[in-house]
Amino acid sequence: MTVMEQRGAYRPTPPPAWQPRTDPAPLLPDAEPYRVLGTEAAGEADPELLRRLYAELVKGRRYNAQATALTKQGRLAVYPSSTGQEACEVAAALVLQEQDWLFPSYRDTLAVVARGVDPVEALTLLRGDWHTGYDPHEHRVAPLSTPLATQLPHAVGLAHAARLKGDDVVALAMVGDGGTSEGDFHEALNFAAVWQAPVVFLVQNNGFAISVPLAKQTAAPSLAHKAVGYGMPGRLVDGNDAAAVHEVLADAVRHARAGGGPTLVEAITYRVEAHTNADDATRYRGDAEVETWRQHDPIALLERELTARGLLDEDGVEAARQDAETMAASLRAHMNQDPALDPMDLFAHVYAEPTPQLLEQRAQLRAELAAEAESEGAQR
Amino acid sequence: MTTVAVKPATMAQALTRALRDAMAADPSVHVMGEDVGTLGGVFRITDGLAKEFGEDRCTDTPLAEAGILGTAVGMAMYGLRPVVEMQFDAFAYPAFEQLVSHVAKMRNRTRGRMPLPLTVRIPYGGGIGGVEHHSDASEAYYTATPGLHVVTPATVADAYGLLRAAIASDDPVVFLEPKRLYWSKDSWNPEEPAPVEPIGRAVVRRSGRSATLITYGPSVPVCMEAAEAARAEGWDLEVVDLRSLVPFDDETVCASVRRTGRAVVVHESGGFGGPGGEIAARVTERCFHHLEAPVLRVAGFDVPYPPPMLERHHLPGVDRILDAVGRLQWEAES
Repeated sequence: MTVMEQRGAYRPTPPPAWQPRTDPAPLLPDAEPYRVLGTEAAGEADPELLRRLYAELVKGRRYNAQATALTKQGRLAVYPSSTGQEACEVAAALVLQEQDWLFPSYRDTLAVVARGVDPVEALTLLRGDWHTGYDPHEHRVAPLSTPLATQLPHAVGLAHAARLKGDDVVALAMVGDGGTSEGDFHEALNFAAVWQAPVVFLVQNNGFAISVPLAKQTAAPSLAHKAVGYGMPGRLVDGNDAAAVHEVLADAVRHARAGGGPTLVEAITYRVEAHTNADDATRYRGDAEVETWRQHDPIALLERELTARGLLDEDGVEAARQDAETMAASLRAHMNQDPALDPMDLFAHVYAEPTPQLLEQRAQLRAELAAEAESEGAQR
Repeated sequence: MTTVAVKPATMAQALTRALRDAMAADPSVHVMGEDVGTLGGVFRITDGLAKEFGEDRCTDTPLAEAGILGTAVGMAMYGLRPVVEMQFDAFAYPAFEQLVSHVAKMRNRTRGRMPLPLTVRIPYGGGIGGVEHHSDASEAYYTATPGLHVVTPATVADAYGLLRAAIASDDPVVFLEPKRLYWSKDSWNPEEPAPVEPIGRAVVRRSGRSATLITYGPSVPVCMEAAEAARAEGWDLEVVDLRSLVPFDDETVCASVRRTGRAVVVHESGGFGGPGGEIAARVTERCFHHLEAPVLRVAGFDVPYPPPMLERHHLPGVDRILDAVGRLQWEAES
């Protein structure tokens, strides 16, 4: 007698709550990062877009160089450079429409500027005269977020709110490879997928979380694969290929705008410089590795494509360089002026109305400043 | 003269009514949290709201407090007025980073350009026989964070009025609900809701001449009971219900202490680093020449919240309060 015969009429059934699973195949990222430049797909790219990307990339690199120089001159407290990652920064800003929102992390000053925020106001945080220098509502750019991945749930909530109001708004949220280990990354993706919120998550996988390489950060097949667990598509793209990043992000934004829900995009790139001017990258990586990435430079890749297609000549290169120099000179000039500081600002925006306790403390500081001014006056 | 029939209502019912009225008055008010929709919340505070206003306005979220508060921040950035329910005091801790780094700071870091009008409702404190992680007096974490208002009602009428005020506030408010008072009743007519109470004003719950008990939230009824019991000892105690820890009403508190000359601060939170230390210092700094005795504190012990069978030893009770009153150097008067 077989076991089945012993069971008689009893037949096992699946657990009552079990549902056939969603097919994960359409959500899976491609085997290799998507590329455009140097491939056949490049022929279909809009020449105007490529020229625009090139101009912005050149300007972005110059901005990074200028900001880093300003740290050495003591004009900025710190600057986390995105040199080598300009393609991601620029594309993230350019794929958005006027009414959309950008949620940057602290390394995304370039994206903020490319979105239209005043280049000086974008540096307020890093200059240290206040935290957020720009009005987030003016260009629909959230404050640069220093606590990792915490801006992602904000993007989800904002996009969800806009959809509830019937507004056509997509939120694009930026995070790094290290940030994907944070709980807020997980929670944001989960909420976004459950709510089908119009959000695009852009992970710039630049190889390092300060000094810690990706291998110590995750055992996932790729960061893009994490999307599958939440029920959203994951896309893998060459983060130094500006045309590819733009195309993949634009697709994801279009998908979100059409009500298709969120997408996770992993852009493979590299932080060519140290974490910040206060970091020493030679302690955790070799020159050879950096050099291989310099050979895969986003500006060089695009320049090669444009030149090969006759869309860019020496004059064009020089014009882009001049534009960038003009921007840098203006930035330098503005940053070399001391910012106006008002110590009373400490109390002005903690609440809509200062509490009685803050009014007392404000009076105290005011009296201290008056006494200081008086003693300085007496010394003269 | 007409008489208004005043029905006894519970604090829970008053809170539900406040949410309902706020949602009816302002379409930007959205309630969100764990189990707040179909179930109506584990304490039934959101009972009926999803049915009345739809699931888009009273939303069962995924079970993740940082995500709940983080998405509420984004919703507030877009002009909504989210009211977040944290299921229990200790379950609010995963949201702490969002609260401290974003909710409390967004107005300030953007120079007032991006205020966050959101309310975080947290059932807090002990006395319900809850097992581990269900009874924390967590207020000190919030009062230590600039940028938050911290409010806690002790009566049914205040539960309504203060919650309406919290939701209407353009600043983030941590609204601490004393969960053991959810089922407390007093005379409050739900058909004629109390006026919206301003945030930041304490109230004298009981007038007295001998000493002032300064307290809030779940400890207010305990202090009222202690004040009654104190009459037998010949003490006529005044009870000040703070209602708002931030902003703090120095004026009402100090006026009382100047009248009575003696003060005891009573709360469930631990004494070390608890609000009582700050309150005692403020009173001493402002009323020193009126004080007949040092300001004393009756607080929870500085221990992790006890298991339910031991919690009565931890919570400030009538006897411990009266012992403290007895130590207010009365001999100096004779």
